[in-house]
Amino acid sequence: MSGILVKLALLFLGLSLLAVGGGNSVIPAMQHAAVTTEGWMTDKDFLDLFAISRLAPGPGSLIASLVGQKAAGLTGAAVATLAMYGPTCLLVHAAARVWGRYRDAAWRVWVERGLAPVSIGLIFASAIALMRGTETGIAAPAITAAAALILTLTEFHPLLVLALGGLCGFLFRF
Amino acid sequence: MALPSADPAKPTLRAIAWVFLAIGMQSFGGGMSAWIRREVVHRRGWMGEREFVGGLALAQIVPGANGVNLAVFVGTTLRGPAGALAALIGMLLVPVIAVLAMATAFTQLRDIPGVEPVMTGIGAAAIGMNIANGVRMMRKNITGRWPYLLLAAIAAAIGLAGLSLVAVLLAAIPLGLWGARQ
Repeated sequence: MSGILVKLALLFLGLSLLAVGGGNSVIPAMQHAAVTTEGWMTDKDFLDLFAISRLAPGPGSLIASLVGQKAAGLTGAAVATLAMYGPTCLLVHAAARVWGRYRDAAWRVWVERGLAPVSIGLIFASAIALMRGTETGIAAPAITAAAALILTLTEFHPLLVLALGGLCGFLFRF
Repeated sequence: MALPSADPAKPTLRAIAWVFLAIGMQSFGGGMSAWIRREVVHRRGWMGEREFVGGLALAQIVPGANGVNLAVFVGTTLRGPAGALAALIGMLLVPVIAVLAMATAFTQLRDIPGVEPVMTGIGAAAIGMNIANGVRMMRKNITGRWPYLLLAAIAAAIGLAGLSLVAVLLAAIPLGLWGARQ
């Protein structure tokens, strides 16, 4: 049991440190480790966990908690979650503290202005990659475009727009 | 709308925890950074546009899940270590419980007719929410032709051409800084 917990901790520690630019990039490596290397589950089990992580609110990277739960119950879930988020959160926290010390420095304003196109470009990049990753068909991109327009031009609550998206998905059954 | 208050940049820990709890409960389909910006910058004015986008860049560059990193950045900036914990635990509490509970009920959930198309629709709308957030941040933060060109090139290089993110970052960060020099 404790052997599994150590493996979970090391796996998610490693994956989190590899996840530059977000959690989605390490999903294939996570699947390989959980199914092929460790044999905690089948490929189909992993795809089910992936679907659940998308069904629930919150970040998709919570699939780490599910893999931990599948491998070693609630303790496994706790270990996987802490390993996935703990070290990288400490890194961000340390960076944010240093950053905060130079709040009014001229160089910080320069860095912020210089990084703005990079961070916003990455937002669009991941939106494009996600759209390309979904099933073919016109309904999903149409819902994406409509939601983007509504949320850019109006102050409707996003939850309402998400609910409308779900309704359209149901009606079109794509 | 940022309401005026004695020190708008210093919300209480309880306020931070509540806002992130609400974000965690509502963020179906992901889109964490869009939710965080809406609540923290747009609705409450706890943080300025430029500071938020700088934090977003930090959250993307440091390894780990972007939305979780961003919550820690916002919490740290507003209230130090305690703020970071309030934001982090607030945002993850409900989703962690929800996801573990759903896993035990999944086989029944999956067989309910319509669950899958509804989730696909919500997922598609959540991508739209990210795009809208990008457009709003672009309007507030980007001026001049060069930053727009760089932004579009980054989106195309990763989203369309599928280039590696690390490689694109290594080229894009110096170009961004060069473009912002005085």
